[in-house]
Amino acid sequence: MLEVKGMDVYYGDLQALRGVSLTVGEGEVVSVIGSNGMGKSTTLKAISGLLHPRRGSIHYLGRDITRLSPSAIVELGISHVPEGRQVFPSLTVLENLQMGAQFPEPIRRGAQTMEQVFDYFPRLKERLEQKAGTLSGGEQQMLAIGRGLMSLPKLMMLDEPSLGLSPLLVETIFEIIHKISQQGTSLQIIEQNVHHALCISHRGYVLEDGAVALLGPSQELLSDPHVCKAYLGL
Amino acid sequence: MNLALALQLLIQGILLGGIYGLTAVGLSLIFGVMGVINFAHGQMMVIGMYISYWILVLVGLDPYLSLPLAAGAIFILGYVIQSTVVNRILDFPEAMQVLPLVAMGLILENLALLFWGPDHRSPSTALGLATFTLGTATVDVSRLIAFSLAIAFTVALFLFLKKSAIGKRIRAAADNRLGAQLVGIKVNRINNIAFGLGAATTGAAGALLLPLMPVSPHLGHDFTTTAFVVVILGGMGNLLGALVGGLILGVTESLATLLLPATLKQVVSFGLLVVIMLIRPQGLFGGRR
Repeated sequence: MLEVKGMDVYYGDLQALRGVSLTVGEGEVVSVIGSNGMGKSTTLKAISGLLHPRRGSIHYLGRDITRLSPSAIVELGISHVPEGRQVFPSLTVLENLQMGAQFPEPIRRGAQTMEQVFDYFPRLKERLEQKAGTLSGGEQQMLAIGRGLMSLPKLMMLDEPSLGLSPLLVETIFEIIHKISQQGTSLQIIEQNVHHALCISHRGYVLEDGAVALLGPSQELLSDPHVCKAYLGL
Repeated sequence: MNLALALQLLIQGILLGGIYGLTAVGLSLIFGVMGVINFAHGQMMVIGMYISYWILVLVGLDPYLSLPLAAGAIFILGYVIQSTVVNRILDFPEAMQVLPLVAMGLILENLALLFWGPDHRSPSTALGLATFTLGTATVDVSRLIAFSLAIAFTVALFLFLKKSAIGKRIRAAADNRLGAQLVGIKVNRINNIAFGLGAATTGAAGALLLPLMPVSPHLGHDFTTTAFVVVILGGMGNLLGALVGGLILGVTESLATLLLPATLKQVVSFGLLVVIMLIRPQGLFGGRR
């Protein structure tokens, strides 16, 4: 459903991505791994329209979305849950979730989607009237994912969902992510927690220096000697 | 010290402070959402005054009734300035953001000079000279109406931001621009509306001030600095702080005339600014950024 071809992205004169190509299929979970500064977040930002590639193309459901605005891309059904959560701190949890639904169809089905979100994250329902800025890091991550679901995405992109969370919370978050994928949403996950990410995904890409260094089914990557040594410390 | 006079000045200060508060709320809203200071704020207010003046002279409609028209016209002005100029400079360094807005203020000021000439104009309005007494103090009816409408306008703006779908988007964009973009909010359009609303408050304040003071093209500077002082007093981007700050500045300026000549009004407001910067630089109620 998503096809990125030969994408070059620059920050000013600095090249961040070199000919990155990747695909995400219908219902598929794909992880993108690599160390800091290798271009993982940049890849997601380009797909969600925050950055525009200088070369290459991005197609989604057969449509060229390379030059579309972030808003138009959300409307088409791609939801990007950014690194650092980026919730609205002075808005309540409820208002944050409401803000996740910006377009007629998601707004119409808002109440229903919100019930689904509370199903995944009962904690959010308890804190509905609380300001998002007063939530713990884990709760903010839940809120960010919940907010991302409110737009009824067909493809959800998660940037470092486990960053800064306690091991127990990491387990919880990944369980929920797995549940979300079982509901039929395609997922693209960026993670430093390579083991977890590969465990719940079908395929993985390894980014190094802004280019795809390695790709393959997750099971193969988990047993790949380079991945084990570089990212799993084995 | 004369107590009756002090009471009189207190009332006048509160009434004028409501209008200061209204225009400062607009400036604070613009800062809170876009992170830019609208250095054309006072000049926009003057244009609001002239629009009300024109409607009064040409159609005979009282400024209190033409207030929605003045506010609407300045809303459009603000919307256009944001969409053509300010959206392009949001990522520029702060020092560079100052110039286009100061320039906008100069343009508006000189447009006013072109259209209406340099003379002070003070139209006589229906309630211009009406008063009533409250104990020992005399209250101007037009000041009281101006104050009440200013508070009503501010409350309406608060409710709009709190409850409406667009208001929530404005608050979301002010809170976290990246987050707002990623949920699909058209942030540029929300910016336009926010700047328009901030401008509309100052346009409304202009209409309310018209019966109270003569209008001239060069009035804008003073009101830009007044609003700026009030916003710093209340905390940058804090709307409630701006309203309370307006009342504080109005009262302080008014009461200071007990001790100082009225022409030294600006010494008082800048004195207050210096004191605040020294002891509480984040403002009385804390800022957003």
